[in-house]
Order: sequence, then C-alpha cells, then structure tokens
Amino acid sequence: MAIEDDVLVIGGGLAGATAALAAADAAPDVRVRLVTYKQSTLRHASGLIDILGYAPGSPEEGPLVDPFDALSDLPEGHPYERVGSEAVREALAFFDDVAGNAYAGDHTDANALVPTHGGTVKPTARYPVSTADGLASDDRDALLVGFETLPDFEAPLAAAHLEAAGAPFSARGATIPFPGIVRDDAKVTRYAHLLDQDETVTTGAREALATTVAERLADESRVGFPAVLGDEHAAEVRADLADALGADVFEVPMGPPSLPGMRLEDLLYDALEDAGVRVTSGVPVIDYETATEADAVAADGGSGADRIDRVVVDRNGTEIPHRADQYVLATGGLVGKGVRSERERVFEPIFDCHVPHAADRYDWFVDNVFGDQPYARFGLASDRDLRPLDAGDEPEFANLRAAGAVLGGYDFAAEKSGAGVSLATGYVAGTRAGEEVGE
Amino acid sequence: MSDAEQPTDDHVPGAEEEEFEPIQVFPEAEEMDLRPGADNCYKCSTCDTNCPVAEVDDEFPGPKFQGPEQWRLKRQDDHDVDDSVMKCSNCMRCDSACPSEVPLSQMHNTARGEYVEEQMEKFSREYLRNRILANYRRLAPLAAAFPRTANFVMGLSVTKWMGEKLLGITSEREFPEFATETFREWWTKRGGAKVENPDKRIAYFHGCYSNYNTPEVAKALVRVYEHFGYEIMVPDQSCSGTPMFANGMLEDARRAAETNVRELAAALEDGADIVASCSSCSMSLRQEYPELFDFENTETVAENTWDAVEYLRVHEDLESELEGRSVEGDEFDDFAYHAPCHSRNQGLDGQTIEVLSMIDGIEAHDVGDSCSGISGTYGWKEENYETSMKIGEEMFEHMDAADAQTGLTECPTCSMQMEHGTGYEIKHTLEVLEAALVGSGSAAGGRREAG
Repeated sequence: MAIEDDVLVIGGGLAGATAALAAADAAPDVRVRLVTYKQSTLRHASGLIDILGYAPGSPEEGPLVDPFDALSDLPEGHPYERVGSEAVREALAFFDDVAGNAYAGDHTDANALVPTHGGTVKPTARYPVSTADGLASDDRDALLVGFETLPDFEAPLAAAHLEAAGAPFSARGATIPFPGIVRDDAKVTRYAHLLDQDETVTTGAREALATTVAERLADESRVGFPAVLGDEHAAEVRADLADALGADVFEVPMGPPSLPGMRLEDLLYDALEDAGVRVTSGVPVIDYETATEADAVAADGGSGADRIDRVVVDRNGTEIPHRADQYVLATGGLVGKGVRSERERVFEPIFDCHVPHAADRYDWFVDNVFGDQPYARFGLASDRDLRPLDAGDEPEFANLRAAGAVLGGYDFAAEKSGAGVSLATGYVAGTRAGEEVGE
Repeated sequence: MSDAEQPTDDHVPGAEEEEFEPIQVFPEAEEMDLRPGADNCYKCSTCDTNCPVAEVDDEFPGPKFQGPEQWRLKRQDDHDVDDSVMKCSNCMRCDSACPSEVPLSQMHNTARGEYVEEQMEKFSREYLRNRILANYRRLAPLAAAFPRTANFVMGLSVTKWMGEKLLGITSEREFPEFATETFREWWTKRGGAKVENPDKRIAYFHGCYSNYNTPEVAKALVRVYEHFGYEIMVPDQSCSGTPMFANGMLEDARRAAETNVRELAAALEDGADIVASCSSCSMSLRQEYPELFDFENTETVAENTWDAVEYLRVHEDLESELEGRSVEGDEFDDFAYHAPCHSRNQGLDGQTIEVLSMIDGIEAHDVGDSCSGISGTYGWKEENYETSMKIGEEMFEHMDAADAQTGLTECPTCSMQMEHGTGYEIKHTLEVLEAALVGSGSAAGGRREAG
C-alpha cells in the first residue's frame, strides 16, 4: 500500500503551491497532494510579484517599463522562453484570481515601482495592497517611520536614498520607540502580534503607535512603516493607524524574515485548502522508484523515458511510499536547496536530474561579486513541457515536470523575475499534470 | 586539515558521505558535538518567526539564539547556558522551519539538560516542581490505585492553592481526572489479545495518559486494530520521555528510554511494528531517541515506530474501509480539529481531516496552524500560564468560529488546553474511527468500565 494521489507536487513555495492549485483547477476530481519539507523561501521573500524588472545581462539599461515587451527577447532556455509569454499572462491572471483584493497592480502591464527598506526602488508587476500607497511614482510627500529596536529599517537613510534616486516627492525619516517593546531583539512576529491583537501597552498598541507617530508627522499625507503591521488582521491594523493619523499608511517591504511573504504563504495555503489539495508538510521526499517497463509502456505508449512509479517520504525515519500518476518537482534553487552542491559537482538531490555546470568549480563563479555569476543560473534544463532533460537532452522521466527555482537558465536576483518564473512554470507544470491525469 | 580547507556541508541528502572528524568542543567525548548545527545556521531567522513563545513574549530571545548562537558563544568557555532556555516550550516548530538542516530542538534539549545539570539548584522549588511534573508517570500509579480519592483531592480548591503556593503549579487549571480502571488493568482483565496473527502484529506504545487518564482512547485503538485483524502486544513500558526533555531532566529521560528501547526492540524481534496513539510519544521515539541516546537498537526502534492512524493508512486501505460508513448517535458530529505541533513535525497535520472526510455525516474543521500553547508541562507552571493562554488565543478564536461543538486532537495536553480555553469536550481521532468501524455500541462514553 501507498498513499495514493493523481498529482503529487514536491515543494511548498510559490511554484509548488501554484502548480498544485493549477492541477486541481485543470481537471475536476483530480486528487492533488503537495508534500513540503521545510518552510518555503516565501518567508524570505518580499511578497512582491515580479515578472521581469531588468533585461537579463543588461541591468545598466535600468528598470523595464513593460516586462511583457521584453519576454520575446529572452535567450533560449530561459524558463519564460520555454513556456511562452502567453503562459506568463495566463499564470498572472490565475494568481490575480487567487489573490483577489490582497494584491494590486493588475490595472496595467507596466511595472510598478515599490520603495524597499534600503531606499531602493523595485520594479514589480503585482504588490500587496499594504504597499499600494507607497509607490515611488506617486508624488505625495511621505514620512518614513522606523523603530529604535528594529535595525533592519533605518528610516532617515531610506528617505535620503529615495530622494537621491530621484523620487518625485520629498521623503523624511523618523525613528521612534515602538510602544510596548523594549528589547533590542524582539522578533518581527512580536511587533505584528502586538498590533494584530491590539494588546494593551499603555493604551491599545495601535493607538499608542499612532500617538507616537503623530508627534513627528508634519504635512505629509502618507506614512510608511516597516512591514510588520499585523499578520492575520493586517488590513484592520493599517486602517486603524490611518484613521488615527489622518494620513494614508503603507508598508515598506523588508528583508527576511518577511511578513508580506508570510501573508502570501497563508493566502496560498488557504487557497490550497479551498481547492481540496491535500498538504503534507515537514517531511522530505528522499527517494523514488520507477515503474516496470510494461507498466510504463501501458501508461504512455512507450516514449522511452522511465516513469516514476512512487516516491518515498521520510517521516522521522519511517519510509512512507506515496504514489501518483504525475509529479511536479518544485523544490527551489540553491537557497531553497532543491539544487545542491558539493566541491566537485552540482546536483538535484531527489531524482538526480541532470544539472548543467562546468566541471571545474573555479568556472562556477566570477571574481566580481555583482558580476554575471554562472552559479546563479544553475538548475535543471527542461523541454517546452517543463520536463527536466538529461545530459543527452532527452526527458529524464515521462511523468515529471519541474517548476520554479529548481529550473536553471535565469538569474532571478539580477533580473527580478523570481516570483514570475515560479508562477508561470508552476502554472504550466500543474496544468499539464492535471490535464494528463484527466485524459 | 582545517575546517576552512575542508568545509563540511552536513548531511546533504544525496551527497557522497565523507568521513568528518568533528572538532572536540566538549571535554567529555560522550557529549554531543553541535558544532555542525551551529555552522549550518545562516541567520535567516525563519525559526524565530515560527516560535510561538517569541511571538507573545519579547523576553524570550528565540530559537536562533537558544540553539546556534548559544553554541557559538559557549565555545569561548566563559558563558553559561542562558536561563531563558527554560522559557522554550519544546513545541519543536523551529525544526521544520529551518531551511538549513539545523537540529534546533536537539540543541535546545541539550542546552536545557546542561542548564538543569549545572545551574539549577537541586533543592529549589522550581527543580522539585519540574521533577514532579516531568515524572508524572511515577506518581500516576498512586492516584490510579485510589482514583476516586485522587480525583476528589486534586479537584479541591485547597489542593490547587497549595500546588501554586508550594510548588508553583498554576491553580488556574483543572487536574486531569484519573480513570477508575487503567488501560493495562482492563487489558489484563480482558485476557490480552483477542486476535492471534503471526503475520500482522503491532506493539502498542500507549504512553501514560491513555493508560491512566483516557483508557477509552487506548481501547479504541485495540478495537480498531483488531477490526483489521491485527494481533496486539502491549509491552512493558515507561514514559516516552517527552516531559523530561522539556524540563531538561535528561537522566530521567535516559532511564525511561532504556526501558522502552529494550522492551520495544524485543517486540520487533517478535515480528511486531510499534504504534503510538499520542503524537508526542511517537515523536519522542522517532526523533528524540536517536538524537539523544545511543542504546543498542535505538535506531531500529525509531525506524519502526508509527503513528497509529498513519500505520493503517499505509498498511491497510483505511480510507476505502471508512468510505460510506457513518456513525450512530449524536456523540460524534462535527469537530473542531487542532493538529498538535508534534503531529505537524511528523508531517501528519493533514491526516485526520483527510481520513475523517471519508465518513458520512462527520466533518472535521481544521482550526489553523497555531500552537495550543500548553506544550505538555509548560502551561502547568505558574510563571508560564499567561504566556500559554496568549499563545492559545488564536486557537480558541478559531475553535469558537468553527462550525462544531466538540474538539478533536491526538495530543493529551493539547486536549486539556482546548477544553480549558473553550469548554468543549475533546475526542481523539481513534475514538471516531472506532465508532465508524466497530460501532459506537462499544464506544464507551466517558469512563465506562466496559470490556
């Protein structure tokens, strides 16, 4: 016996969750399961949904105004080139449906410019509503507020950076004590929880914060805070602060750990639950077995590629077999550890799919830290159906597709395409997997 | 060769294992070397965002400090373990949070053990209280011998007042009732196993709570497994050790583990697999034993231990067996289900909802992924009571909002917290399975002394 499903998605980040949702959406009655080991890198993520911020290889040209215009010029092997620009649009529309009113930006193809905690400006296609009043294209003056106990956001510095970058408004920064927190190392979740529950500090936490900020507010009509304004009740927290201040309130996306990323994770997992996707978390997939030749021929007319029959999930030392008809690999890249390296090789740990890379590890990097790093593009090569390819350019398995950062051929950090590639490839891999089961 | 020339990337799945000679950090060789765990931490703070204690109490520096940072500090030799380690509730959520394979809960257990060993005054009220709480298994037989008296005395407000004043055990909580007949007494009276089957055997690790307090859960397991034709063994056993790890009483835990590993390994020899009905017991046998102890067969026992429901899903077609069945009576209707942290850490948090969805007329609503806040003995301590209830607040809210009047969970102390915060009656998943598969005729309501 094994735990049986039709589609099994391995990996619980943006790509995996999108793949599972798309598979459930593609064919009714398809049983979809998502297995995820560690918490996804969504907790590191800004929560912004980028399609393409900079043209690959030419960042000096500055941020792209319309990411879709640039999609057709991408090099062969880039995940967007594999799935085609129509699929990118479909995936984004799919995300808009899932996100509902939690995200903004779908009124235009053009990139929005969102200020970050460093005072830089990030080109992005969709952004959490909590950041909507902070856009750099908006010419209203802004007060940025930082907290003494939260060193990740130095408000005066961020404000100066924004002005130096040519933002069309005047930005001022102020640093205040956060009412109710005295420790230097309180966690971001502590700030969020205080505001979420409106815990009593002197008065309620929200009122106390607004009162402290009001003393610093001049005639700015919007106020930016580090992105710690609540978790489960974030909209309510923002509305209360805005009412008390008489100004619009927005969040500035922060580095890890990131509440907007965590909220996006919650949004996706709620959607998975609503879609009837079964989720198994906290356990790794460690191995797989292929089907016998006869089964494989019966299943796909003998394409020549092996078929994965089952994978093995390690549950605290006990091996639990999971069987499905179609598999999606969305285990992440070098950070998410879907792609791993030793001194002599770079490899994909579950199915040992081929990862193209130079034999000599001194060719994996260049000396200029911010240069064009080869390792940033490490990952699986795939066909247009997103099936990983072996060294001979043949599909590794007939029923395995890959999505998200486990794919190679793009440098998401340089081109600002991480979320978009995860969405587009997750959407395509999940849809095809669901359709193939439904056939 | 120095570590800089030969960096270690610990237990990379799929990597070719090379021999790594750990640097001698501790004077005694039998102490654990946690250096690789500290080296694997890249400070992303994901663990901190998952810590239920840090979210409600800024006095707690969080798992990243308790584990990796504390080990780095201690290498300088002039730092003791920080006393904040006792504020950790041992929910172990940081383990599955870490994207970098840092064995956080193992580090916490070790640090706590060292703190209790070296810094806690052995005649202090706190030490005595923790020892009593951690060793509930030793006191329970006394209470079980005179259950009615014990329940009466434990329920008296004067007892609770004394408990708080003398020992620092919170007076806010109701002590769990002792059953008038323990599971083992019932098992002996019944004449042991009703089914003999050399091909399908399980050894039941019932733990303390379902033996002394909720034998109906243990009986449900027996009837469900016999329904599937299993021969059940009930080996001699001690406490799983969970409350002892959490209180840094590693010597007590070691003694208990030694008994359990010996007895359970013998059952494995007889062709049985081990199943547990309590999520913290299965967690302990599977994860903490191999992390902390090295008795002969520790690994073998860990690898062959299963959660009771999970075992049936993998070895039997539990879901088909349940399909189309319904449960008589109104005792089992819809449930507000809370997945214990220790189920979550075993990847079992979705299991109950999936399995119960097969039964007609029963709907289990997941009340979200928050921690219940009691964490075994943690929420029983006077100084933690408020934190415990703050952590539980989200779960209480979600239980109230759920379309159900009965709670459901697999963890004994979670069930105490759920009842305490909402007033709901709380059931165990196995009781629902028993009612569906065997019929509620034998589903003893409450503490019936039925055979």
